[in-house]
Amino acid sequence: MLLLEIKDITYRVKEKEIFSGLSLAIESDEVHAILGKNGTGKSTLAYLVMGCESYIPTSGVILFEGKIINDLKIHERAQLGITLAWQEPVRLEGISVRDYLTLKKKEIDPSLYLEMVGLSPELYLTRMMDKSLSGGERKRIELASIVALEPKLAILDEPDSGIDMLSIQDIINVINVLKKNGAAVLLITHREEIGKIADRASQICNGKIICSGDPEMVAQYYKSRKCEVCIAGVCAYV
Amino acid sequence: MSELEELMKVFGEAGGDNSILVREDIAHFAASGNKILSTRVTQGLEIKAEETATGIDARVRVQEGTIIKNPVHLCFGILHKKGLQEIRMDIKFETGASAHFIAHCIFPKAQKVKHIMDAVVEIGENAQMTYSEVHYHGPYGGIEVIPKAVVKVGKNGRYLADFSLITGRVGKLGIDYTVKAGENAVIELIARVFGHGDDKIRIKEKVMLDGENSKGLIKTRVALEERAQAEVTGITEGNAAGARGHVDCMEIVKDSAVAKAIPIVNVTHPLAKVTHEAAIGSVDKRQLETLMAHGLTPEEAVDVIVKGILK
Repeated sequence: MLLLEIKDITYRVKEKEIFSGLSLAIESDEVHAILGKNGTGKSTLAYLVMGCESYIPTSGVILFEGKIINDLKIHERAQLGITLAWQEPVRLEGISVRDYLTLKKKEIDPSLYLEMVGLSPELYLTRMMDKSLSGGERKRIELASIVALEPKLAILDEPDSGIDMLSIQDIINVINVLKKNGAAVLLITHREEIGKIADRASQICNGKIICSGDPEMVAQYYKSRKCEVCIAGVCAYV
Repeated sequence: MSELEELMKVFGEAGGDNSILVREDIAHFAASGNKILSTRVTQGLEIKAEETATGIDARVRVQEGTIIKNPVHLCFGILHKKGLQEIRMDIKFETGASAHFIAHCIFPKAQKVKHIMDAVVEIGENAQMTYSEVHYHGPYGGIEVIPKAVVKVGKNGRYLADFSLITGRVGKLGIDYTVKAGENAVIELIARVFGHGDDKIRIKEKVMLDGENSKGLIKTRVALEERAQAEVTGITEGNAAGARGHVDCMEIVKDSAVAKAIPIVNVTHPLAKVTHEAAIGSVDKRQLETLMAHGLTPEEAVDVIVKGILK
């Protein structure tokens, strides 16, 4: 069943066109990886789907479970089951890890989710979500919070950035748990080993999806570095 | 109902623990206006207080080597709509003494009330005082609070103060603290205030790191809404080798509120180091969006952020 459908969206910032007729569809239990060079708009796509402030498509529609969500605010989209883990999670003063993991669901056991991301509940539940946490710790807690929300669609913007190579398996575990819980995942990543666990992948270039399908095939296409010669005009390789 | 019972009733309603008055292992001093209502001391603690025309004069001593396990509770308040309360405190912690004083300042009906606290504090060598001042104000904003303290901390001494006014209207607040730190002394001044309506908040805290290797932190957290105004001045002087100080001020503004922060750093010794940071603005957009992506409404998200910084 189709969960998310992005139909022919254009997104312009001042004179610059970030997306020009981008379309993408994600099934309800699909892990879909997004590849693309820096600056191609991968994070912008995440913000458009989440509905962040000033991220409204210039034209085109975003449908979630068949309903147009272009005009919905972030929390309204979250209440439908969409959530986002930012590439650089914020720090929050005076809020404990326990409080953060149970913000919306007071009844859950937050320990389970911390263990899932390789953090000891004894050491972390009472820690504050402030600058005393390292970037990697904060990132893991964000991933734990996303699983705890039990979303229908989790957008993970470079979940591997700031987390060491040895811990990549923790991220893969999180994605697998999300999938097992019935969620779809829109996965923005540079790591091939994480991209490989996706069901499908798409490459963004010049404001469009230029290649979509089997993750290995898309990764090969991306790695052929044809984009290195892109002049952001008409892409010769589409 | 006696005045003491009434005072403690309001204290209980504000979340305080009324058992502090009956427990014999907990020292306390309670005064309403210029009337002393109740006093209990424990071993090594001396409180000599007298009523004046407009308030209370009190002399407090924690004797040498005395470590008071349970916090000492000071309850001050005015239960009427109008009134003046001037508290003059002379506090001395002798060598090696240690205690936590909690001052509960209760003004539930204040419409034209003035509360002045003027304290002189001396912390001896190796002594430690933790001082928490918690205010419970009513909804009217007709109150003026002027806490002033001059604190001197001896060698290896510690002075940790935490001022909190986040319940009810602030009215007019004018904090003025000066702390002088001796060798290896540690100073921490924390203030948390939530202003509403046309509240006016002025906080001036000064730490003088005069002793070698002394350390000081001034941390201020202010949230303002409606037409409230705040001016926060954090002054730290680094006057000795190895002195380390930091001034950290954060103010969140909503509606038509106005906030101002003035961090002043004055270093007179080449081996001293003092840093400062100040952040003033509306609620951070990314924090807000993160909480909203967790399903909180914008109002709930702002509430979580503001309560967090005032915690």
